[in-house]
Amino acid sequence: MSVLSIENLSGGYGEADILHEVSLEIDTGEIVVVIGPNGAGKSTAMKAVFGLLRLSGGSVHLAGEDITNMDPAQVVNKGVCYVPQTNNVFPTLTVQENLEMGAYIRNDDFRPRLLEIYEMFPPLAEKKKQAAGELSGGQRQMVAMGKALMLEPTILMLDEPTAGLSPIYRNEIFQIIRQINASGVPILMVEQNAKQSLAVANRGYVLVDGRNRTTGKGIDLLNDPEIAKMFLGG
Amino acid sequence: MDFINFYLIPGIVLGSIYALGAIGVSLVFGILRFANFAHGELMLIGAYITYSLIQFTGLHPLVVLPIAMLFTSLVALGIDHSFYKPFRASKSTIVIVASFGIALMARSAVQIIWGVDQFSYSPGRIQMPMVFFDTLRISPKHIWIVSFTLVLMAITHVILSYTRAGKAMRAMSDSAELARLTGINTENVVKTTWVLGASLATAAGVFLGWDSHLHSMMGFYMLLPMFAAAILGGIGQPYGAMVGGLIVGLAEELSAYPWIGENPLLSPAYKAGVAFALMIIMLIWRPSGLFRGRVF
Amino acid sequence: MDSAQAYGYMLYFVSLMTMGGIYAIMCLGLNIQWGFTGLFNAGIAGFFAIGAYVSAILTTAESSSHLGGYELPIALGLVGAMAVTAAIAWLVGLLCIRLRSDYLAIATIGIGEIFRLILKNEIWATNGARGIAKIPLPFETLSEPWNKIGFMLLVLAVVAVFYFLIERARLAPWGRLMTGIRENEYSARAAGKNVERFRIEAFVCGSILMGLAGGLTAHYIKFIGPGATEPLTTTFLVWVMLIAGGSGNNRGAVLGAFLLWGIWSFSEVLTGRLPAELAVKAAYFRIFLIGLLLQVVLQRYAGGILPERRPTTAQQSVEASSQ
Repeated sequence: MSVLSIENLSGGYGEADILHEVSLEIDTGEIVVVIGPNGAGKSTAMKAVFGLLRLSGGSVHLAGEDITNMDPAQVVNKGVCYVPQTNNVFPTLTVQENLEMGAYIRNDDFRPRLLEIYEMFPPLAEKKKQAAGELSGGQRQMVAMGKALMLEPTILMLDEPTAGLSPIYRNEIFQIIRQINASGVPILMVEQNAKQSLAVANRGYVLVDGRNRTTGKGIDLLNDPEIAKMFLGG
Repeated sequence: MDFINFYLIPGIVLGSIYALGAIGVSLVFGILRFANFAHGELMLIGAYITYSLIQFTGLHPLVVLPIAMLFTSLVALGIDHSFYKPFRASKSTIVIVASFGIALMARSAVQIIWGVDQFSYSPGRIQMPMVFFDTLRISPKHIWIVSFTLVLMAITHVILSYTRAGKAMRAMSDSAELARLTGINTENVVKTTWVLGASLATAAGVFLGWDSHLHSMMGFYMLLPMFAAAILGGIGQPYGAMVGGLIVGLAEELSAYPWIGENPLLSPAYKAGVAFALMIIMLIWRPSGLFRGRVF
Repeated sequence: MDSAQAYGYMLYFVSLMTMGGIYAIMCLGLNIQWGFTGLFNAGIAGFFAIGAYVSAILTTAESSSHLGGYELPIALGLVGAMAVTAAIAWLVGLLCIRLRSDYLAIATIGIGEIFRLILKNEIWATNGARGIAKIPLPFETLSEPWNKIGFMLLVLAVVAVFYFLIERARLAPWGRLMTGIRENEYSARAAGKNVERFRIEAFVCGSILMGLAGGLTAHYIKFIGPGATEPLTTTFLVWVMLIAGGSGNNRGAVLGAFLLWGIWSFSEVLTGRLPAELAVKAAYFRIFLIGLLLQVVLQRYAGGILPERRPTTAQQSVEASSQ
């Protein structure tokens, strides 16, 4: 059974639908990436899982449970953690406080987990007391991901994790994504950076104009000439 | 010495009162995203509830203050549930208009229950000021007010910086959407905000009433200076509001001082206008305030 | 019902229509600012006060207690009121027009209060708290009831004139541009429109009406003082009237004004019949109820009694393309 599946999802923010019967699924242990041109609806599909969209049809299931249209707070409680592309840290809170907020719904002692996160993201350990808004783009992204991981989620959703980052940070983030996946967390990722993301992914989906276009193994999509055409080496 | 006794110290006292009110305004503005025109009325209600508690128990205002805070918080939560919650997803302009109406309702409720006469917490008792160094005159009342204000600010600081609820408040002030995505129960944060804001407003109202007297328009008279202080400090920056309150209070009192020559710099009748003018200047020149708060 | 009672009711009706008409003028003004352009003006009382005092000063006789002695005809007094209000509104607009709604509300209420403070404290000009009395009233040389009926008709005529003028403007390119700016500021800017200039224009036009209403009130009551421009009643009532009547459309503005004024005034009559101790408190109870009415309207009938009819997007582009 898949960890997360989206079936024939249609919907949008206002009156017009952005997504038209989009389907995708993520199985245990996978890294699945969603790529496509700008405006293809990739981020929108992710937000749909989190109840941030007006849905006109379709459904979302988490390990068999119907979570369509559930409130974001409820979805988080089910173990889905989402890192949005922008506004993904609390800028006036310190790094430590951001991570603590990540663990907000936990009732147990999360300090061991905090140490694990600092081990995963060493640069953050030095900046515990610094306001997250003052960090560089790459470090902020680390805070955002670390925050999401505080809950030891059953699935992690990342919206363009390397957007606007320098090549060094980009590589580091992809490394970390592999690391997280290796620790057993399936990852659904939306990316503009098609080449690098397909290289780490098990499978990929291509969305165009809010619709499924192609799907396949990461390597196959990477070597597909048509996709290469679409993304001019991106 | 006149400067200190009749201008500086009243300025600090007034500034403390404004600061306590402004913290609540700033927090509500930052977390609930609207300018609460009924905040002055929370001060009013708190002050009058304290008056009744004093009548009932004969205790000192500072002693009954925590109980008054509790009652005022309940009123604030009730108002939020009935009149603001329906508009959580609406444009802020609708809630502002609603809060206008709430201010009038609260004020008239006070006028119906207690009437429009002036009241005093300690009628007939005139406190002699304590004299230091032969010339410095400070009334004990003012020492209590400023000290208690510092205590309340310290408590607020502890809440915001060291408690889970306080951090959640700051988080939600940064980004309500991210807070929701993080799983934070935003309705609970809203409730905490009202309790904190209403409690501080109660203290502000009690201190004002204690320093002068109680009358049913005091909420309205405090409203714009509190907004001025909150804007000066930066919306959503409670520490900024503390500083902003002090600046507004001092500016108001010091504007009447004869800085140049013998006459007051500004006629005392226009004291109220100082806060308004400061606020408008801030809004036009630097809406994010001195401490870079949120700009809508 | 005997003839004396009937006469009394008629006079009361005339006064209702007069004051209702004055509020209708203010509502039309607020509708230009808020309904058409989305400007949150919480300082209505300030502009009302300015108009009232200017007209009073221009038309009263020489007096040692306040500025005056020009003894201009009432029409000129009102024109003067509108002109001064327009100039001040233009300055305020220049300063504040870029502010977002929350901040504009706070700024305008502050500015309104500053105006009222100045009017109250510059005693040489306004006689301070004691106010200006013996303000001339149009038609006062006529006998009762014709003097009152005459003034009522004057007010209603003013309402009608401005209603038609504003309706014309609303359907003309100017009006549609205003709605366009309100709906989608970004596209309006992208189309090269000077958004600030249009907003200031709307602000000034609306304020002119408020100043005129203030002038008319000063003449009607033959007295103006700081208490008569109590911000709570003036500003808040006008807002409730517009919201209840239907903001965004002029018919709603006028309807709301007469309806709410009727309720407000009639409730005063009712509570006046109560025994003395209750009657005092009744005044506050009326305010409480108006506040509650506003909450109910906001929660249930946000569009008001006559909600704004927006043209469909297809219609809009058709109309726009025919310009």
